Amino acid sequence: MSVEVSSMGIGGPAVRRPPLFPTLGLLAAAAVVAVLVALSTGGVAVPLDRTLSHLAQAVGLPGTPLSARDLAVLTTLRLPRIVLAAAVGVTLGVAGASLQAIFRNPLADPGLVGVSSGAALAGAVTMILGVSGFGLAARGLSLATLLPVMAFLGALSATVLILVLARREGRCSATDMLLAGIAVNALGGAGIGLCSYLGDDQALRQMTFWMMGGFGGAAWAQIGPVLALMVVAAVGLMANARRLDLYALGERDAFLLGLDPHRFAVRTVLLVALGVGAAVAVSGLIGFVGLVVPHMIRLWLGPAHRRLLPAVALAGAALMILADTAARTIAAPADVPVGLLLGAVGAPVFLGLLRSRAGRLAV
Amino acid sequence: MLHTEQVSVTAGRARLIDGVSVALAPGRMLAILGPNGAGKSTLLSVLSGERAPTAGRVRLDGQDLHALPAHHLARRRALVTQHPSAGFAFSVDEVMDIATEIAPLGAAERRRLIADSLRAADAEGLRSRLLPQLSGGERQRVAFARALAQLAAGQRRGTRTATPYLLLDEPTASLDPAHQHHLLRAARAWVGSRGGGCAVILHDMTLAARYCDDGLLLAGGRMVWTGAMADLPVPALEGVFGTRFARLPSPDGDGWIYAATGHPPLDNTDNNS
Repeated sequence: MSVEVSSMGIGGPAVRRPPLFPTLGLLAAAAVVAVLVALSTGGVAVPLDRTLSHLAQAVGLPGTPLSARDLAVLTTLRLPRIVLAAAVGVTLGVAGASLQAIFRNPLADPGLVGVSSGAALAGAVTMILGVSGFGLAARGLSLATLLPVMAFLGALSATVLILVLARREGRCSATDMLLAGIAVNALGGAGIGLCSYLGDDQALRQMTFWMMGGFGGAAWAQIGPVLALMVVAAVGLMANARRLDLYALGERDAFLLGLDPHRFAVRTVLLVALGVGAAVAVSGLIGFVGLVVPHMIRLWLGPAHRRLLPAVALAGAALMILADTAARTIAAPADVPVGLLLGAVGAPVFLGLLRSRAGRLAV
Repeated sequence: MLHTEQVSVTAGRARLIDGVSVALAPGRMLAILGPNGAGKSTLLSVLSGERAPTAGRVRLDGQDLHALPAHHLARRRALVTQHPSAGFAFSVDEVMDIATEIAPLGAAERRRLIADSLRAADAEGLRSRLLPQLSGGERQRVAFARALAQLAAGQRRGTRTATPYLLLDEPTASLDPAHQHHLLRAARAWVGSRGGGCAVILHDMTLAARYCDDGLLLAGGRMVWTGAMADLPVPALEGVFGTRFARLPSPDGDGWIYAATGHPPLDNTDNNS
């Protein structure tokens, strides 16, 4: 009665996914190493062994405390920058992976499809007009508060525009999406150009550096609210993992397996816009993290989001901390914008992915 | 019971189905027959709750199907579509995991349930293969296994007595003859063991006569005939398909073998009744 079935067929080889927890352990270790490297690297040399020794005595083990100056360098200069870089890395990575599931296309990236440029345009407008331009100065609102809100709205508008432009019969093809992204990016670029033309010297300089992307000047007081927004977005997106898996099967299958696909897509896009808006507001344009990190992890662990998202979060944090450390050391004392650095490294990687067999496989 | 009351579906100007009433009963298997474009898939889509009828009602145990939330429906009915999706490179195991997550199950129970479903669909050998790399027939078997696993998980969660419904849209289209029989035998066994109701779109009258209790013949969105499969009138079949059918007793002694001969039907049967 049983029908002969073989593992031959045309289906290619069996896949074996690596176990999740050792992989996460490995990535967590990489993130910790990245933090330690970042802490001990910089203009003021604070060797790692002395930092560890300080940490040891702080928890009651034998060790010697750091000098007050060194400690201040670590806690007020380097640590906020590391925390911010980690949060942006996590947010962009998780947001990228989520967008890829929603577009059902592994090439979707907040930067590539124009979500970031929507946020950037809104941010640029805010910077040029200034707080006074919105008539909000009297209410005690600062640029630091207004910027994330505006960036979120910009990111959201761009996302909705892309979804509307690129969707045909409930699916976004790679071509339509990239074309829509080009259009939205061009629109954002034109708007930003207009802002630069209209802005005065000081606003222009502030805007230009902001858009290159970087974590320079991160201080606890300034990054607090934005960190909170990114945590909300990242946690919200990670909690979506199971539903993202359903959605990735296709809208029809998602419904048949119990998900309301339209409501879910809207909620996910809102969370992505929130996270990307916050990230862009605080650190400018940092591309390719949302594309390359999920892609690499997907090749390693497979596309199931419950495995993918935590790994992407850890890898995104580690990558961003290391990239930022490199950005502030390769031309020290100059602080190279990390967005430029990642762009220079990320663009060739992206081109490679476009051409590779692996890139097609994951579609 | 899952049934429609005079449902119609229009898309633009076209009437895809027109006043069709059909009931899926526990323990019975219904064959939906008819030429291409007769509205068979639309009817199945309406029965699944995926498509809302423009007129008429669909009811599950007396409740309006469209008033029920998607996650509730997912535990009661599964639809195997004609073109099972292959988006991201999920492995078969991963897809089975996703499909059974409609209910919270213990890991051991989930594993057992998935293994049983894959075995029933003769897809065990495909477990660690990637979905986009499967052949059409392999994908169809996996989709069938997924539906069985989904309903098994739904039954664990829901009240044990609630009848599950299995909707199959041309599940045998890409299968070799042996697997066609295997799949329908498995559906039949599922109907028997789970007490579920099953509707299956088929183009092979021999398979329909062999495995289904009841039949529904559609043409142009309208119901032409319904009744026990054993009573399927050859003239109605010939009228609907516009070709002559030969019906022979099966040499194995179980049921009939239907064959479309390709000749025009005899003139006195050339109408749709």
